[in-house]
Amino acid sequence: MFTSLAPTTVRLRTGLQALAGAAATPLVPADYLDLLDPLRSRTALRARIVEVRPETPGVATIVLQPGPGWQRHVPGQYLRIGVDVDGVRHWRAYSLTSRPGASDRTITITVTAIADGLVSGHLVHDARPGQLVHLEPATGEFTLPPTPPRQVLFVTAGSGLTPVLGMLRSHLDVLDDVVVVHSSPTARDVIAGDELRAMAAAGHIRLIERHTATDGRLDAAQLAGLVPDLTQRETWACGPAGLLDALEEHFAADGLLEQLHVERFRPVIIEAGDGGTVTFLGTGREVETDGATSLLDAGEDAGELMPSGCRMGICFGCVVPLRSGAVRDLRTGEVTVAAAGDDVRVQTCINTAAAACELDL
Amino acid sequence: MTALQNKPHDPIAHLSEADIEQLGRELDAIRTRVMDSRGADDAAYIRKVIEVQRSMELVSRLVLLASLFPPAWLAGTVGLSVAKILENMEIGHNVMHGQWDWMRDPKIHSTEWEWDHASPAELWKHSHNEIHHTFTNVLGRDNDLGYGIMRVDEDQRWHPVFLAQPLFNLVNMLIFEYGIAAYDLEIGKVVKGRKDRGEFRRQGRKVLAKIRRQATRDYVVHPLLSGPSALTTLAANATANVVRNVWTHSVIMCGHFPEGVETFEKTSIEGETRGEWYLRQMLGAANIDGGKLLHIMTGNLSFQVEHHLFPDMPSNRYQEISPEIQDLFERYGLNYVSGTMPEQVASAWTKVLRLSLPNELLEVLSRHDRAGTADDEAGQVTSIAAAA
Repeated sequence: MFTSLAPTTVRLRTGLQALAGAAATPLVPADYLDLLDPLRSRTALRARIVEVRPETPGVATIVLQPGPGWQRHVPGQYLRIGVDVDGVRHWRAYSLTSRPGASDRTITITVTAIADGLVSGHLVHDARPGQLVHLEPATGEFTLPPTPPRQVLFVTAGSGLTPVLGMLRSHLDVLDDVVVVHSSPTARDVIAGDELRAMAAAGHIRLIERHTATDGRLDAAQLAGLVPDLTQRETWACGPAGLLDALEEHFAADGLLEQLHVERFRPVIIEAGDGGTVTFLGTGREVETDGATSLLDAGEDAGELMPSGCRMGICFGCVVPLRSGAVRDLRTGEVTVAAAGDDVRVQTCINTAAAACELDL
Repeated sequence: MTALQNKPHDPIAHLSEADIEQLGRELDAIRTRVMDSRGADDAAYIRKVIEVQRSMELVSRLVLLASLFPPAWLAGTVGLSVAKILENMEIGHNVMHGQWDWMRDPKIHSTEWEWDHASPAELWKHSHNEIHHTFTNVLGRDNDLGYGIMRVDEDQRWHPVFLAQPLFNLVNMLIFEYGIAAYDLEIGKVVKGRKDRGEFRRQGRKVLAKIRRQATRDYVVHPLLSGPSALTTLAANATANVVRNVWTHSVIMCGHFPEGVETFEKTSIEGETRGEWYLRQMLGAANIDGGKLLHIMTGNLSFQVEHHLFPDMPSNRYQEISPEIQDLFERYGLNYVSGTMPEQVASAWTKVLRLSLPNELLEVLSRHDRAGTADDEAGQVTSIAAAA
C-alpha cells in the first residue's frame, strides 16, 4: 500500500508545483509567497533583525531570526550576511557568537564598527529590529573536533574573540582545561568581558587578559611565558595577520604547526589606481589594461567574445559580473569595488580597470 | 515633421558648438548629482511598487475565480488591467533599463528580469535599449519611427500600402504586445533578407515559447482554476491584456509621434558628440502633462524627455529633475514638447492619418486650405495637422 502511495504523492506534488508555476509565469510562485512571508523561502535564505544589543563602545551583538532554511551551525563558523546600506546590498562575513539550536531559533553575530566601515557601521549604529537581511549558510573550518582535546588554548585579539566566544558558549561543558589569552586595547574593550570573567571566576576557563594600552602588543614569545604548557595545548587563534603569522612561525619552529588552527579575516582593501590586469574567468585569459581603455575594448582586442550594445553606457547590454577588483566609470570617475563573494555587475563599455579585475565571462 | 536637417528653419541654428558642449556639461552635472543621491528611499520606492503590483495581481486573480458574478468580473478585470500596466511600465520597462541595477539586488536587476509580455526580455532589451535609445528618431536607424509598418515622417518615402496605416495602427494598438514581439524579431529585415535566418529561427523559438507560457497562464490555467467561471475568467484576462495593449500603445505614441518632435537624417549623427547626442534626445521626445497617477501608470514615460536624456536614472526621479530640464530648454531656446494625454494622442493619430497620404497630395491640400488667407510660412506644419 505504502509503496504505491509514495509515488502518487510525489506525482501529485510535482503536478501541483507545475500548475503553480504555470499560473505564476513569468514570476515563480515563491515571488508571491514572499509577499506573505519573506523568511519562508528555503532557497533564498533571509533573516530579520530581532535586536541590536550594544556590547562595548562601537561593538554590538545583532540577534537574527533566520527563516526555516537555516541549517544549524558549528560553533566557530561564520556566515555571510547581505545588508542593504543606503539602498545598496553589501555582503560581509561575521563569526556566529551564539550557541547553536537556541529554543527561539535565533542566532547572533557580534560586530565591531571599523573606521569607515560601511556595513559594520550600519549594523552597529543604524540597524533596527524588523530589518530584513540576506544570509548564506554558515561555513568555516575554525571549529573544535567532535571529540575536543583535553587541553585547549585560545589566542585572540580584538574582534578575533568572536568565533572563540561562540565555541566557549557552546562547548564549556565538554572542555575541562581551557586557557584564553585575549588582547584588547583596554579592559573596557573586551567583548562580553563580564561573561568571560564570570567563566573564569567559576573555574571554567583560565583567562589571561592583555591590554595593549598598558602592556603593548602581544607577541609569540610573550605567549610562551604566559602559557608555560603551550606545547601541550591544541591552539585556536584569531586576530590580526601579524599576530597569526608570528604564532605560525613560533609553532612551526617547535614542529607543532598541526596543533595550531588559525582563522584569518582579511578585510579586502583594494586600492583604486589606473589600469590593471583583467582576468576573464571563462577562458582564463589575462589582459593588461591602462586606465583609459574600456573593459569592453580591452576584452575584444584580446579576442574575448563580449556582450555589447550601444557602447556609450545607456543600453546595459554589456553588463557582466565583476567577481573581484575595482573599475572606474570613464564618464564620471566613479569607482566600483567588488570583493570576492560580492554580487557586483558592471557595464564594460564605460568602465575601465582601476585595479586587478576578474570578470565572469 | 521633416528631418531637422531639411527644415527651412533649423531650430538649433542659434546654438554654437560650444553652446552644445556646455549643454552637455550641464546635463552631465544633473545626472551625476541625482545618481550620487540614490539611496534607501529610492530602493524602498521600487520595492513598494513591486509589492503593490504583485498583491494587486494576486488579489485580482483570486477575485476572478468567481468571475461568473458580474461585480467580481468587473473588479477583477480592472485590478488585473492596472496590475498588468504597472508590471510592464513602471516596473518591467524601467528595471530592464538598468535603472535599479545599482541596488545590487539580483531579484530587481536588468540582467535577470523577465516581464509579463510576449517579447522575451533579452530580445526587447536589444531593440529598445540599444537600437531605439541610441539612435532615437534617426530616420533609417530608429525603427520605432513607425515600427517599420507606418510612415510617421514626411521624409519617410510614401508607398500605397501606407494608405492603410490608420488601420495598421488600430490593429497594432489592440495586439500591441504581439506587435512588439514581431518588431523585436525584426521580421521586416528577415523578409528583405537582411537578417540571418538561423538567428531568426533561434529567436523565434524563444518568442513562441514565451507566448505559449503567457497564453497558457491567461487563457488555460486561470480559467480552469475558475471552474464554472472559466469562460468569464478567460474573457477577463483577454480584456486586461487588450486594455494594457491600448494603454501602452497610446503612451508610447505620445513619446515620439506628436507634432513638434524632431527627426534626424541618418548622416547627421556621424561623429556625434555627447552634447549633440543629448540635444537629439531633447528634441526627439515629447512629455505628457498630468498628475501622480498618470505618471506612475505611464511608468514615468510621461517624462519621456527626461527618460531619453538619462535612461538609467530611477524613474521616480524624473519628475524631480523636470523643472531643471525645462529651464535648460528655455535657456538654450529649444522647444519642450508637452501636452495632456488626449492632446498628444490626438496629435500622434493625426500624424498617422495625415502621412498615410503622399507629401505631394498633402501639399495640394494645404495650398487649397490656405487659399485666401495670409501666408503663414512658419506655421505651415501645424496648419496641415489641423486640416487633416
